[in-house]
Amino acid sequence: MSNDVLVHVRNVEKRFRRGSEDIHVLSGLSLEVPRGEFLALMGPSGSGKTTLLNLIGGLDRPTGGSVEIEGERIDGFSDRKLAAWRARHVGLVFQMYNLLPVLTAERNVDLPLLLTHLSRQERRRHVEAALAVVGLSHRARHFPRQMSGGEQQRVGIARAIVTDPTLLLCDEPTGDLDRKAGDEILDLLQVLNREQGKTIVMVTHDPHASARASRTVHLNKGQLSTEAVP
Amino acid sequence: MKFLHLIGSNLRRKKLRTTLTMLSILIAFLLYGYLCAIQEGLNAGVSVAGEDRLVVRHKVSLIQLLPVSYKDRIARIPGVDAVVHQTWFGGIYQDPKKFFAQMPVEPEAFLDMYPEFILEEGARKAWMQMRTGAIVGRKTANRFGWKVGDRVPIQTTIWVQKNGSQTWEFDIVGIFDGAEKGVDTTQLFFRHDYFDEARAEGDGMVGWYSVRIKDPERAPEVAQAIDEEFANSPAETKAEAEGAFVQGFAKQVGDIGAITAAILSAVFFTILLVSGNTMAQAVRERTEELGVLKALGFTSPQVLGFVLAESCLIAGIGGLSGLGLAWLMISAGDPTNGALPIFYFPMRSLFLGIGLVLGLGLITGIVPAWQAMRIEIADALRRN
Ligand SMILES: Nc1ncnc2c1ncn2[C@@H]1O[C@H](COP(=O)(O)OP(=O)(O)O)[C@@H](O)[C@H]1O
Ligand SMILES: [Mg+2]
Repeated sequence: MSNDVLVHVRNVEKRFRRGSEDIHVLSGLSLEVPRGEFLALMGPSGSGKTTLLNLIGGLDRPTGGSVEIEGERIDGFSDRKLAAWRARHVGLVFQMYNLLPVLTAERNVDLPLLLTHLSRQERRRHVEAALAVVGLSHRARHFPRQMSGGEQQRVGIARAIVTDPTLLLCDEPTGDLDRKAGDEILDLLQVLNREQGKTIVMVTHDPHASARASRTVHLNKGQLSTEAVP
Repeated sequence: MKFLHLIGSNLRRKKLRTTLTMLSILIAFLLYGYLCAIQEGLNAGVSVAGEDRLVVRHKVSLIQLLPVSYKDRIARIPGVDAVVHQTWFGGIYQDPKKFFAQMPVEPEAFLDMYPEFILEEGARKAWMQMRTGAIVGRKTANRFGWKVGDRVPIQTTIWVQKNGSQTWEFDIVGIFDGAEKGVDTTQLFFRHDYFDEARAEGDGMVGWYSVRIKDPERAPEVAQAIDEEFANSPAETKAEAEGAFVQGFAKQVGDIGAITAAILSAVFFTILLVSGNTMAQAVRERTEELGVLKALGFTSPQVLGFVLAESCLIAGIGGLSGLGLAWLMISAGDPTNGALPIFYFPMRSLFLGIGLVLGLGLITGIVPAWQAMRIEIADALRRN
């Protein structure tokens, strides 16, 4: 299993046009993430970490190169196909949690399941299980504003894992939390990686966070390296 | 259906704004309902007017009387099937503000001419037998609590009796219903022979004639023939279709159709701006959340649908409550104390209203929904 490559990014290039200006964010970048890895992605602000994560998660398309996940070229998918693919294959965790404020914790976790054919009861079971994994069963009926940042992020993780995706993409999941809450989130991600075999790609600024990962790569000037460039 | 909660939950977001928007929609549709009922009331009879009937009145005005001898002369004109006459009595029962119309008629011929007035056989017979008998429409009977057998005094300043009295007493022998919804059941009809004998003035004169013709297609010709028959006489006539006659009556109040249309256009234009603005703001504030939904795998058309459904929900809650409230208030009665004998919320206006509610929801939602559909996930998530 260890040689099984889940994420295969080849030679990707990503440019943004801003007015007449052409911003080259990624230029010919390649990356392989084996199944079961917990990869930390570091780099200075504005180096393109989020951009790379978006390409892997099918939230955006590269302007060149290819993105292959589980042997499927997702960069050529239509919008519709890509949306369906995301719903099935990736769980997303954001820095600002991005829960819907008008929905309770359980309704937030239920959101991705609305896109499946599960019955109401099956959905309920999945939601309960996911909330149990993140230790928030007792907060199911609470709204995001009634919860701490750490709790909201755990709801965010429950939402990411409720469909049981192979790949978890986390964009600075502890970036807005204090050390203690951040540690709890990292513990949780480690458990998901080790015990449930989730492949995780986590963007972070924090060396303390990247220390939890099985491997760390650095992004700088559109290229990856194993060493941080000073 | 499983998305209903998601769509509905957005209404809790800005409660004050949402409530105010719904309230203004509610008021707009309440006004709509009321104006429709008033318009229907003023045009009353036009829609149920017999197309095979003409009304023949004095050329100068409706107040001027016509000789009763015209009846036979009209009956002889080719194309004419039957003729009856009516006269404006102008009476008051207790309160002058509680208006309703009364007319002396010849019972048998009258009931034959107006099949839309439904009267029991027993009542019909009783009316033939009792000189002072009168029949009254269901609406007025209910209004004053009259029952068959009641003797009702009606005052009039127009018609004084030979004994000097201005109070006429009638015995209610029957209560008639309308064959369909638009039929006026506020009127009271009594016997012309009783009237003619008792009145001090106006001998040999009647108010106007209703004429049934054999072929409705030939109505204009027959009307012309009638007017020609009495041309150059002291009492020239004006014959016209019953519908036109009723419409002319309504026109005296102004062109209510145009007024209604103008008011409603202004109201709906305002409402369009108000709820359009609400929806535009709702989407602008929520760009990031809509981006998250898309990131989770919701498709752009789904997101478009959510926004449209939300604007339809706002319009639906406000608009349907407005229509419902209008219906309740209209059922409670005519606000003018009888000046509008027919006052109800016409079905077609109700359905049109429901259509307008839906249209409002779609029109105010479509642009924000389109914008929501075009949100790029990466852009939306970069906002923080
Ligand atoms: N949608 C976009 N339009 C224009 N420029 C963008 C867009 N997304 C990212 N960028 C630019 O690409 C660069 C990398 O952004 P990002 O991937 O968010 O960096 P990081 O996550 O490493 O801080 C930045 O200079 C940013 O301004
Ligand atoms: Mg970033």
